[in-house]
Amino acid sequence: MAVGLVIVSHSQRLAEGVAELAGQMTQGAVKIVAAGGTDSSELGTSLEKVQRALEAADSGDGVLLLIDLGSATMVAQMALEALPEERRARVLLSDAPLVEGAVVAAVEASIGSDLAQVAATAKDAVTMDKGVGG
Amino acid sequence: MAVDSAAMLAWLEKVAGRLHEQRAYLTDLDAAIGDADHGVNMDRGFTAVMAKLQAEGAPADVGAILKTVGATLVSTVGGASGPLYGTAFLRAGMALAGKTALEPDDIEDGLKAALEGIKARGKAQAGEKTMIDALEPAVAAFSAALAAGKDKRAALAATADAAEEGMRATIPLLATKGRASYLGERSRDHQDPGATSAAMILRAAADQE
Repeated sequence: MAVGLVIVSHSQRLAEGVAELAGQMTQGAVKIVAAGGTDSSELGTSLEKVQRALEAADSGDGVLLLIDLGSATMVAQMALEALPEERRARVLLSDAPLVEGAVVAAVEASIGSDLAQVAATAKDAVTMDKGVGG
Repeated sequence: MAVDSAAMLAWLEKVAGRLHEQRAYLTDLDAAIGDADHGVNMDRGFTAVMAKLQAEGAPADVGAILKTVGATLVSTVGGASGPLYGTAFLRAGMALAGKTALEPDDIEDGLKAALEGIKARGKAQAGEKTMIDALEPAVAAFSAALAAGKDKRAALAATADAAEEGMRATIPLLATKGRASYLGERSRDHQDPGATSAAMILRAAADQE
């Protein structure tokens, strides 16, 4: 159907909020799965949550994994390493800013772009002009 | 005496107990330069480790015990120390797979594999104000002690001493990895919490002897 997104944050509410915000742009056309907080919903990251989210977001066209900071990077890398090779080939870990990256990636995915294009668009979000001026 | 399954379990129990006792101290260190969760996270992780080993019973294969510890830490710690210590125990477990009694040379192999695992996972090296600053000199001290003909007891004591020295040496360092790096110059003059927990884990091993 489309490239899926996984949103990894230390905060469950932040991950859910980012998924909600990005989802508003695509109205269900893109699977956006939140993986925030620890298993007991405290601040932190959970390998199992990320693994379940990767499973849920993958409809065969690939998954872009977006992360906030700190342990999210290492947990995402461990989740990638644990995937069987043929699935790992269609998951990319993004360096993009979480909120802006998720929103533009969702839009890019919703128009049917492939994983490499979705990842490139997300990464470009770091230079997004917010119209502040100056 | 070689380290068998029972001795491994006794060490882990001591580690879990000390991390529980020192939970507030570790969290206070982390509050100064990080996200104030290191003690809570390590306590939660090792409490889960002991619960799992007690529920399932520890296998005779010491490598398998270490792999269980690693997998449990990765999924329960919640912070960066989960993937880091998790990878360390998983790598040590792989290096020692199938062994039911560890001789000093085996312990050296396990320590080296654990250190390499942490360095690879964290893409970090000594001098960046992390647990590596305690672990790297500690592993080197163990190797040096064995090379000098010391027994396991003396080697583990030298290891714990070197870890604590490395831990104290993190105080003036500027953090360039992990949450503390966000603080820049303000990360100086604080002891690194990860180096502190690493030294506690190794001191527990020395105290087992």
